Amino acid sequence: MKTLDDTWNWLADSAHWAGDDGIWHRLAQHLVLTVACLVVSCLIALPVAFVLGHIGKGGVLAVNISNVGRAVPTFAVLVLLLLTPVGAWGEGPTVVALVLFAVPPLLTNAYVGMREVDRDVVRAARGMGMTGRQTLFRVELPLSLPLVLNGVRIAAVQLVATATIAALAGGGGLGRIITAGFNLASTPQVVAGALLVAGFALIVEGIFETVERLALRRTRGAP
Amino acid sequence: MTAPPDDCLARNEWICGEYVSSRRHILFDAVLQHVELTGVSVLIALVVAVPLAVLARRWGWAATPVLAVTTVLYTIPSLAMFSLLLPFYGLSAALVVAGLVLYSLTLLVRNILAGLRAVPEETRQAARGMGYGPLRLLLTVELPLALPAAMAGLRIATVSAVSLVTVGAIVGFGGLGNLIYAGMNTYFKAQVLTASVLCVVIAVAADLLLLAVQRLITPWTRTRRG
Repeated sequence: MKTLDDTWNWLADSAHWAGDDGIWHRLAQHLVLTVACLVVSCLIALPVAFVLGHIGKGGVLAVNISNVGRAVPTFAVLVLLLLTPVGAWGEGPTVVALVLFAVPPLLTNAYVGMREVDRDVVRAARGMGMTGRQTLFRVELPLSLPLVLNGVRIAAVQLVATATIAALAGGGGLGRIITAGFNLASTPQVVAGALLVAGFALIVEGIFETVERLALRRTRGAP
Repeated sequence: MTAPPDDCLARNEWICGEYVSSRRHILFDAVLQHVELTGVSVLIALVVAVPLAVLARRWGWAATPVLAVTTVLYTIPSLAMFSLLLPFYGLSAALVVAGLVLYSLTLLVRNILAGLRAVPEETRQAARGMGYGPLRLLLTVELPLALPAAMAGLRIATVSAVSLVTVGAIVGFGGLGNLIYAGMNTYFKAQVLTASVLCVVIAVAADLLLLAVQRLITPWTRTRRG
């Protein structure tokens, strides 16, 4: 496998790790974009989903928004944003697109999680004299945690993928190693970039799956 | 030298009827390539996914590795997936198709397997009691009953594939994605918006078409069951 050897040599070359186009810098960009946008998306989507789930309204919107998100190509949204005034503002298009594509899975999963809380438990909480706020924070939120975390995991993986495609539209991140490789017609660089991106995505998936499993054990252990 | 025309193309407006009418051949070719890439990929994925799901259902031990592999494949971002296939396929349409097949396969196997697992054990026993062999049981009882879940997976896979084809622009085989990519480099607003809207139109049309197919074949399963 000549390509594999070349890819390994490309990755082993310390010159490819340093500098503004280096792997470390691109990795840091990718990490900052993913984490910052995940936090912003959670701050936008989760309160809305919790309130809608608590009062039991807006279900059609919350569930269908995911299907709409799937039909709209990420790449098209990135380029459309790039050509609007947002495009003049550095990583603006990337950030807006990342948040737009992370919100639907968060919203849908958190909403469904809230609605799947056993209605008898909620009624029991009311019967014990809990206020609406107490029911929300002490009963509904803890019980919906597994599905909420599932949504966060899907959103995180989606963010990593979208941040990669952002490189096609001039955004920063690990995807830039791939697009630069295509421009240089350097297959080893393209494959090396792809391996880095895939590894990054799988690590993110692994971390969130572990968190999900731990949370699930906690909710089941202490009902 | 004639003065440049003062139309929406010259003003680089987002919505431009002149663009659609003057470039309709380019648009038509792009739509055709987009539909072809999506259709071929989803069909290949379907042909591979059905036996895989059936095998995973038959032998319980096979289900865990099959599902694990599909999860890993689905986690890899599309741009990285296409790039990883570059040494095998080069800059070709086959590369885009191979990438899309891997994604669609994931969604289809999961959904078909879920559908097969949801067939009630009593139904299976009843069929066996009536003298159904394993193949007849699979073809006339289990697969028809798994059809609604499989069709749901097929719809999700198709809609996702329509959207993912655009990333194929990186190797020059992205259907409407090629127009978006070219439009980005030349700041051609009408081209980017028209191609993006057409992508969504194709996705919605494909979804509605598959929904109609699902409606058509579900009554047939009902009469078979009754």
